[in-house]
Amino acid sequence: MQQAELQAQRIRAAMWFLLPMIAALAFVAAYPLLRSIYFSFTDTTLTSLYTGQWVGFDNYLNWRTLPSGRTIYRGTLVDPAWWNAVWNTVRFAFVSVSIEAILGLMVALVLNANFHGRGLVRAAILIPWAIPTIVSAKMWAWMLNDQFGIVNDMLFNIGLISEKIAWTANVDTAMWAVLMVDIWKTTPFMALLCLAGLQMIPRDVYEASKIDGVHPIKVFFKITLPLVKPALMVAIIFRMLDALRIFDLVYVLTPNSAATKTMSVISRENLIEFDKFAYGSAQSTLLFLMIALFVTLYIWLGKVDLSGDKQ
Amino acid sequence: MARIQLQNVRKSFGAVDVIKGVDLDIQKGEFMVFVGPSGCGKSTLLRMISGLEDITSGDLLFDSVRVNALAPSKRGIAMVFQSYALYPHMTVYDNMAFGMKLAKAGKDDIRTRVEKAAKMLQIDHLLDRLPKQLSGGQRQRVAIGRAIVRDPQVFLFDEPLSNLDAALRVQTRLEIAKLHHDMNNVTMIYVTHDQVEAMTLADRICVLRDGIVEQVGTPEELYAQPNSLFVAGFIGSPKMNFLTGKQAEAFQCHTLGIRAEHLVMDNTNPVWSGEVVHFENLGSDNYLFVAIGEEMPIIVRVDGKVRLPLGSTVGVRPQAENLHRFDVKGKPMRQ
Repeated sequence: MQQAELQAQRIRAAMWFLLPMIAALAFVAAYPLLRSIYFSFTDTTLTSLYTGQWVGFDNYLNWRTLPSGRTIYRGTLVDPAWWNAVWNTVRFAFVSVSIEAILGLMVALVLNANFHGRGLVRAAILIPWAIPTIVSAKMWAWMLNDQFGIVNDMLFNIGLISEKIAWTANVDTAMWAVLMVDIWKTTPFMALLCLAGLQMIPRDVYEASKIDGVHPIKVFFKITLPLVKPALMVAIIFRMLDALRIFDLVYVLTPNSAATKTMSVISRENLIEFDKFAYGSAQSTLLFLMIALFVTLYIWLGKVDLSGDKQ
Repeated sequence: MARIQLQNVRKSFGAVDVIKGVDLDIQKGEFMVFVGPSGCGKSTLLRMISGLEDITSGDLLFDSVRVNALAPSKRGIAMVFQSYALYPHMTVYDNMAFGMKLAKAGKDDIRTRVEKAAKMLQIDHLLDRLPKQLSGGQRQRVAIGRAIVRDPQVFLFDEPLSNLDAALRVQTRLEIAKLHHDMNNVTMIYVTHDQVEAMTLADRICVLRDGIVEQVGTPEELYAQPNSLFVAGFIGSPKMNFLTGKQAEAFQCHTLGIRAEHLVMDNTNPVWSGEVVHFENLGSDNYLFVAIGEEMPIIVRVDGKVRLPLGSTVGVRPQAENLHRFDVKGKPMRQ
């Protein structure tokens, strides 16, 4: 009886502690999300935010059969611009997160070793991540500029290219430019998360492996990698969430390029610039669903332990 | 089996000298215990023998071959760590088999050896578990099992019992003694700060202090003929009583050492007398703490049936043949 009373008291206390956070989240996350899902089922425009009529799934998919018998499909789900953005986003997320995970782990392994000035290097490596994306995107835009950019200048002077390349404007190179800048910027973050995971591995395990005579490469694949995997998987989830909704870097570095336009960019475009508010809302909703789908798949396939109970 | 010799072995971490010249000869099949207070360098010395720590200068010989630069895995050693150092993501079986698998041993051979070791340690029902599903005592057995599977010439133990509770420690201590007996005279080196472990397990004990060997000898030798005040105080429980000042001068020495069991109660013809200030009952024995004007009360062992009220005055007399006399430098003065 007393036990139950104590339990109830604990739950009450927990509720009171959680309440401010839940209220804040409901206000800044749940409400906007639900509202934009609602907008996606209406014909709302920027000029008539409160007078939109319910139109069902028309923004996603609707069709009309002409008297001639031809059926015309419309809506986001048959919009080639949308699917181009989806493909861009997925490609970007997959490539950038893969490379960042590998590079980040490598950097973390180096930073985990003992050497002089390690603290300084650990702090220094975070600089790209600490710079606001808008600033670093602008900075790279200038460096990659076809006429005045230092990158072209250097490549040209050492003879690697015969004519200057418009890295960010050229359809063939724009995605690579975005990827490169994102990798430059976010690898430190991955490295830091991996480093935290590496430091959780007890040292004595490595000593035991020395006595067992394990080759360093085998030590990495048989001991380090399995033990750092939980931390690495969580780091990849974080990055995946970020990468799937990337906006600022693309918007600043390669504005209006079909080669790099992502889901976030195209939905903002529809929401604000094209005054197709409801249509943009539908795309936002799809983006939300797609991220949810990816993360669920990833957690399920990777058996990621988000609660941290495993170790 | 291997004979291990250390010749003027030294270790420095930067400017700090941790091991300051150790000479030691460990015989084939011997159970050698390194004992000493924390920071005396005993673990470092063991790690140097294992190869996990470099030797700054001096020679380490295994069967007369210098092995200073030999990789740990090539020395024919197995090590049991204080923290067990099991691979957390591998089952008990894989933990024990890992070294052999890497050595490309045959599958059947591995299975036979792992199962044999597991049976020996009574962990054969745990082979499919992960380390985190085991208790501390079971983990320690797995660590020992992993060492056995390596079939080493030299067994190294780095404070293997210090993470276990008291009852389990005594039990595992017995098992390690049995292991040494069963393993056909494998050389074992065991590090501990607990002198009881040292006394009960060792063929010979090496007492270390500040990176220097204070004394090497059998438990009996160390107990009966300590080579310094430090060893006298470190070996034996309760601690040896030390008397200084006038009471020591009466015996022509700087410090007089006498163990609790070498003091007898004698109220008619006492050498020292004082008030009983504390009383410890261990069942078979009682320890009286008698204040005789020294800084610390002296401890006297009496029979478990003797009852004395606190505050009563008693006289004690030392057994003349069991006195330990030390000079100003803490070195023993032989008669």
